[in-house]
Amino acid sequence: MDTTIAAILLQDGITNGAIYALLALALVLIFAVTRVIFVPQGEFVSYGALTVAAMQYGVMPGTVWLLLGAGVLTALLELKRAFGAGELRRAPRILALYVGYPIGLWLLLRSLPLGELPMALQIALMLALIVPLGPMIYRLAFQPLAEASVLVLLIVAIAVHFALQGLGLLFFGPEGSRTQAFTDLLFDVGVLSISGQSLFVVGATALLIVALYLFFERTLYGKALRATAINRVGARLVGVSIPLSGTLTFTLAALIGALSGALIGPITTIYYDSGFLIGLKGFVAAIIGGLVSYPIAAAGAILVGVMEAFAAFWTSEFKEVIVFTLIIPVLLWRSLTSQHVEEEEE
Amino acid sequence: MRERYLIPAFVAILAVVPLLPVVPEFWITLLNYIGLAAIVVLGIVLLTGIGGLVSFGQAAFVGIGAYTTAYLTTAYGMSPWLTLPIGLAVTGVCAWIIGAITLRLSGHFLPLSTLAWGISIYFVFGNINALGRHDGLTGIPVVEFFGLELMSGRRYFYLIWFFVLLAVLATKNLLDSRPGRAIRALKGGGVMAESCGVATERFRILIFVYAAVLAGLSGWLYAHLQRAVNPTPFGIGPGIEYLFMAVIGGAGHVWGALLGAGIFTVVEDVLQDVLPALLGRSGHFEIIVFGVIMVLLLQYARDGLWPLILQAVNHAGARRQVPAAPPLPARAKPQAEESVLAVRRARKEFGGLVAVNDVSFEMRAGEILGLIGPNGAGKSTIFNVITGLLEANGGEILFRGERLNGLPPREIARRGVGRTFQHVRLLPAMTVLENVAIGAHLRARSGAVAAMLRLERRQEAQLLAEAAKQLERVGLGAYLHEQAGNLALGQQRILEIARALCVDPVLLLLDEPAAGLRYKEKQALAAVLKQLRDEGVSILLVEHDMDFVMGLTDRLVVLDFGTKLAEGQPREIQTNPAVLEAYLGGVA
Repeated sequence: MDTTIAAILLQDGITNGAIYALLALALVLIFAVTRVIFVPQGEFVSYGALTVAAMQYGVMPGTVWLLLGAGVLTALLELKRAFGAGELRRAPRILALYVGYPIGLWLLLRSLPLGELPMALQIALMLALIVPLGPMIYRLAFQPLAEASVLVLLIVAIAVHFALQGLGLLFFGPEGSRTQAFTDLLFDVGVLSISGQSLFVVGATALLIVALYLFFERTLYGKALRATAINRVGARLVGVSIPLSGTLTFTLAALIGALSGALIGPITTIYYDSGFLIGLKGFVAAIIGGLVSYPIAAAGAILVGVMEAFAAFWTSEFKEVIVFTLIIPVLLWRSLTSQHVEEEEE
Repeated sequence: MRERYLIPAFVAILAVVPLLPVVPEFWITLLNYIGLAAIVVLGIVLLTGIGGLVSFGQAAFVGIGAYTTAYLTTAYGMSPWLTLPIGLAVTGVCAWIIGAITLRLSGHFLPLSTLAWGISIYFVFGNINALGRHDGLTGIPVVEFFGLELMSGRRYFYLIWFFVLLAVLATKNLLDSRPGRAIRALKGGGVMAESCGVATERFRILIFVYAAVLAGLSGWLYAHLQRAVNPTPFGIGPGIEYLFMAVIGGAGHVWGALLGAGIFTVVEDVLQDVLPALLGRSGHFEIIVFGVIMVLLLQYARDGLWPLILQAVNHAGARRQVPAAPPLPARAKPQAEESVLAVRRARKEFGGLVAVNDVSFEMRAGEILGLIGPNGAGKSTIFNVITGLLEANGGEILFRGERLNGLPPREIARRGVGRTFQHVRLLPAMTVLENVAIGAHLRARSGAVAAMLRLERRQEAQLLAEAAKQLERVGLGAYLHEQAGNLALGQQRILEIARALCVDPVLLLLDEPAAGLRYKEKQALAAVLKQLRDEGVSILLVEHDMDFVMGLTDRLVVLDFGTKLAEGQPREIQTNPAVLEAYLGGVA
């Protein structure tokens, strides 16, 4: 291998690593706030990429039906609760939010020439479609189990992953898709040519991380989430509601996931089941950070991306084996550094 | 519905079904697949439902079992009967290696690591040339049984279900034994079990290897049923499905494994027919339905369907008599006046907080020493330092002249230190008798294999008799078969004392034993403790009930903010100005 190849691999690795970093951040966030190990995070990525791809083919993305279905179910749950609490005056708002919005979005998508829209608009529409799925999934699957153990929540997360992956197959079919590139620019730096696409991905990642940092440091909602992550009971006692923090977290996670999908769409062909492996690589990174540290998780993600790129070059068949086996020494190191008799919950 | 009728009835039905010509071939095929899955799911019941270790990777072990026999029978022409033990051994060794690395991980890291190695092993199968890469291996021979070729589904049915029943019996026997109690303590009782001398990580590895070997067995059966293998059924998706089966059936119940495997396999088969027709395209859309079912199940019936069935038929657990058995060997009690425990300048810091500040005291054989002090004085911390749950930052703990510093709790228990906990630690779903029998763990040696084959019944009877004896002694003789969680809190504390007595202790550490007891019960407890003292047991007691403490103890040590304030006979302590200051905030 010469320097040029190494540089190309490094660039590939960092680009993918940046996306894994975003996913790792979302996973750490969800785990810290809700104790859910959110395996389906990767599905937001594949849904995001494939929804944009569908629009570019000029097809109505099937995810709009999912949004409508999830919206109706959520509305039913919320109406039931409002009815029980004698707050029927909330009904119009609930219906508008969970049923009116998806229908409105569907009508809008129907009336637009999806294939001819500028890409930024396509991505914006995709976000309008995918991001609300996050809080709805939380409401339907996780909120009723807010007090369950981490392991029960993990199994629920796996179940949600199953359902979403199957639905992905239903909406998008078994064929993979790639979206159009954001830019065809190439920058030559010495022997190395850096694609504008890579710069875009890394730049967008950096921007998102800064935005998240500001959100957590500067806003009340961000601080409420941090408080919940540190001490759930304490946060509750000072008035942070668990459903609110869960909803907020899942919204953020869906946003991060869907954006990652938009970023990765032009680089890699995405299939309905690609999200799972991409999400798991985010997990490997998150675990390097012990599921608690954001900076270490981000660094771990870059490491995963670079390892993957080099593994793919040397022995492409064993790429996945190498990436997922990386987790074992990490876990070993983690378990050696934290030595204590542990009392499991339940 | 009693279990002893269930098994023979089940066997009879199984024996007859393939002989009936009215039963279509397709049913037999389905039953064969249910059996294959049930064997794997049984392992998950033990591992996840009972042991609390979640694995999504069991399909990989099925694959190791299947590929081992596929490779050895096709490449070397070995007999399947020879590759069966080899396959199980290979699976077991792989599981042991993976387990040794990953089982030390805390709760949620472990299932994540199973996803990782589950995926890795799947890709390994798909990329090794000798294993036929993604096409797999074909031409696997038929199993012969004394010259009879088990070629048809109806014949193979007997082989599969023979192993299913074998696995059910072995698992049930294992759970109802000394190692079984240790396994059942893993989930939610780790600290307690360690303090009773259970080497919990050994039992974690044990159930991990056991579950993997069952999976490997299923793989061997699968390979010779299909007579071809490829990586697809050994990926992470099928691994997750096995876990779903366990959750559907009832992960905490052996029969739940069969129920879950049955329901899942049948529903999957129906959905695979119906859904593509309904949706107008092909694909494994059944996973959508299973995903939704699992979410609903975990929200509304987290323990699965088997407990619901038990409830419906109003099942009461069998109440067995505790058989009489010769007593377990007991250790010689120390001579009177022998120094049993010496705490020398013990120190424990949590960050900047000094919880125990260079505390020293000594105890002799047959002495009751009270450890008193206001809340937060460091009493329970001293208990935890002595019993090895916490490591001292400084100083020395000597037990009969031997240094305990750095020893794990179970080694300290082995030396004859029994304890109770300030916050009761017991297994609420187990009977009182079984909870107490955990205390006697170190007094027998019977292992898992002996338990599966029921070769340890004599020792088991001794253990249960000992537990019953100690329960009688503390006054809980009427509750032997009650679920421990149903006892009143005060009684649960007494149960812990009986459990600690099963350790055959030289030194007994009791953390607030009288809390929650009524006056008469306190008197009875005091009488038991005095009797123990007369037998040569030393008792270290933390207690807030001063009447109880003053009437019972020989000496007192008073702690305040981690520092020893005073030491002496109860009379002296009652008039000690420093003690009054700490308790009452100044002499009135």
